[in-house]
Amino acid sequence: MADFETIEVTTDVLILGGGMAACGATVEAAYWAKKNGLNVAVVDKAAMDRSGAVAMGLSAINQYVGLKDGENTVKDYVDYVKNDLMGVARDDLVASIARHVDSTVHLFEKWGLPIWKDENGAYVHEGRWQLMINGESYKVVIAEAAKNAVGADNVYERIFITEPLVADGRCVGALGFSVRENKFYVFKAKAVLAAMGGAVHVFKPRSAGEGLGRAWYPPWNSGSSAYFTIKAGAEMTCQEVRFIPVRFKDAYGPVGAWFLLFKSRATNAMGEAYMETRRDELEKWKPYGLVKPIPANLRNWLMMLDVMEGKGPIYMRTEEAIQKIATSEGDEKAAKKKLKELEAEAWEDFLDMTISQAILWAATNTAPEEKPSEIAAAEPYFIGSHSGASGAWVSGPADIAPEEYQWGYTNMSTVKGLFCAGDASGASSHKFSSGSHAEGRIAAKAAVRFALENADIPEVDSANIEELKTRILKPLDIYAEHSKNSSDPDINPAYMKPKMFMFRLQKIMDEYAGGVTAQFSTSKAQLEKAIELLGFLKEDAENLGAEDLHELMRCWENIHRMWQAEAHVRTILHREETRWPGYYFRSDTPQMKKDWEVFVNCTWHPDTGEWEMLKRPIKRLYE
Amino acid sequence: MPSYVIPEKCDGCKALDKTACQHICPNDLMMLNKDIMKAYNREPEMCWECYNCVKICPTQAVEVRGYADFVPMGATVTPMRSSDSILWTVKFRNGMLKRFKFPIRTTPEGTAQPDGGFNTEPDLNSEVLFTEPDSAGLNEIPTK
Repeated sequence: MADFETIEVTTDVLILGGGMAACGATVEAAYWAKKNGLNVAVVDKAAMDRSGAVAMGLSAINQYVGLKDGENTVKDYVDYVKNDLMGVARDDLVASIARHVDSTVHLFEKWGLPIWKDENGAYVHEGRWQLMINGESYKVVIAEAAKNAVGADNVYERIFITEPLVADGRCVGALGFSVRENKFYVFKAKAVLAAMGGAVHVFKPRSAGEGLGRAWYPPWNSGSSAYFTIKAGAEMTCQEVRFIPVRFKDAYGPVGAWFLLFKSRATNAMGEAYMETRRDELEKWKPYGLVKPIPANLRNWLMMLDVMEGKGPIYMRTEEAIQKIATSEGDEKAAKKKLKELEAEAWEDFLDMTISQAILWAATNTAPEEKPSEIAAAEPYFIGSHSGASGAWVSGPADIAPEEYQWGYTNMSTVKGLFCAGDASGASSHKFSSGSHAEGRIAAKAAVRFALENADIPEVDSANIEELKTRILKPLDIYAEHSKNSSDPDINPAYMKPKMFMFRLQKIMDEYAGGVTAQFSTSKAQLEKAIELLGFLKEDAENLGAEDLHELMRCWENIHRMWQAEAHVRTILHREETRWPGYYFRSDTPQMKKDWEVFVNCTWHPDTGEWEMLKRPIKRLYE
Repeated sequence: MPSYVIPEKCDGCKALDKTACQHICPNDLMMLNKDIMKAYNREPEMCWECYNCVKICPTQAVEVRGYADFVPMGATVTPMRSSDSILWTVKFRNGMLKRFKFPIRTTPEGTAQPDGGFNTEPDLNSEVLFTEPDSAGLNEIPTK
């Protein structure tokens, strides 16, 4: 076996991840742990200053409720989320985040995040829930507060977590390895909080050359949260609810500011606005088709109908929007000034969060005030924090959750001691960066309480850890044993390299589970084929080969993606209807059905290796 | 090759124990070739063009060339990040230049205080979080 020193770290509360949810968890856990004499450790696969989905920066905070000024109520937010997800949302979890998110945003401002203010000192809104920020250093500022709270010595960077440590049905730690030196890590804790992001590159991206990395959500979201919770035996929810963002085509620059702030329209090549010409289609999806704002997946769907009829390209009419705003300014001088302001705002939108889009506009000599820019539906992503909903099924807060949704500790999964936040927890969409941070805080406080009240942890069999260590390092051993049997180390009959393994997964998902080339459409027959092919892939995962630590991480990232894929396919197969047509379309069950207004959950049982599918009722918090 | 390293400018961060770009890349892409003490992007097709290696490089040796499979050649976007603002220079394919300057933070680096100045004493057994209800601007956290 590859020669790896084993490092054991024992703590009380273990936070896995380094993004927004993990940083929120760190700040909160550090406070409560210190007060109660406990320790906290944080494990990040990258460098916390620039890890997670906000690594590049963001140009807006997408969740701010404005409770203190009576702008909105918690119920308003719950209504918005429930409707956007076609009824499938845990009202209690959404309310839980909504009542705490303003606190998180106010802390961001104190920490140093520049939030735009108007002449009266009020936050500048992009939309009803969205605030404009100068967010180039958003993540740096948030990570700084987290590190100041917990102490840099308790943050373990560049360690990739691969496997949950479970004893007597309780999660008691995590296993991983350094991507910098030959060290295997065993973390043991009383409470474990998973916040390792969503999943990208499960489906084949539109760009398959150099632009492979230009996914809308960052490619380092490799399904680690889903894998960790599934493998621990946690019940998962909304595994079918992937998200497909419509963004500026290819570079995937944000459209929020254009739609919300600049009130831009989108039209097809003939200049027809699909949101108007296809309004009748919305009737089919009522009651959700008739709510305002129109759910994201239905807006996608109306656009996709135009594309399928050959009416593309679809354009964001930037030139129209800018002219309209400029002319509403009255005199020419005021219009010129306004245009200059708008130009800076439009470019900052890209430069803060999708610099590639700025390069693409510059490379195509795009002047948004002169010509429109193409938009398109990207590939599917697993991002329960945004407009998707996939994640673990977690307990709601004791003071608001219905009995069926509540088992003692807020945001604890069905596995004792395993807490989830951000993309790791499901059915609580639209939390975005700020809500994920708030949810991390909620989960961390509960995790500290759990650690105090459940101080005796079951012993983990050291033979079991040794066996897992062998398994985790196996791709290095396979490579070492066989690589010399071929003159090209990438092509060898004894193993597969992680990149080709990823391409195989992406091809299966793309073609059979409703990816881009299948026009987001699938069926029972297609999904059954996907399961058959995923079965072979799963067997071949035992024969992955890794040349170095970086490739070892890539091997495990892709195994994580594969498990997310399997949960997804099984859940789409189970739900015999089409509920989110702009996310995926079941061609054999093309309508939405009342009796499917339920959660479809799944559990992988570690003892038998079998998947169990089940329906859970939706309990509304408000009538 | 989305981010790339200009050999004449890269000194392999010789004064440091690890290179800055290697330290910061969220996707573990930047590597140091120790034989020639130059950094490189080992997996350019997994690069998100997040520019963190570009922004952090002490010798401005890292730049980005747009994804060749969909970006026409000739444009550049170059940041200069200081402790409180960032200056961007956008050069178009047709030679046009645009410059933008944006603030990046309102506090001195390193000074973010976790409690943000909100001093409250919530109960561990309640649903009220650290710094709440003051940080929410409320007298109490709503229960519906």
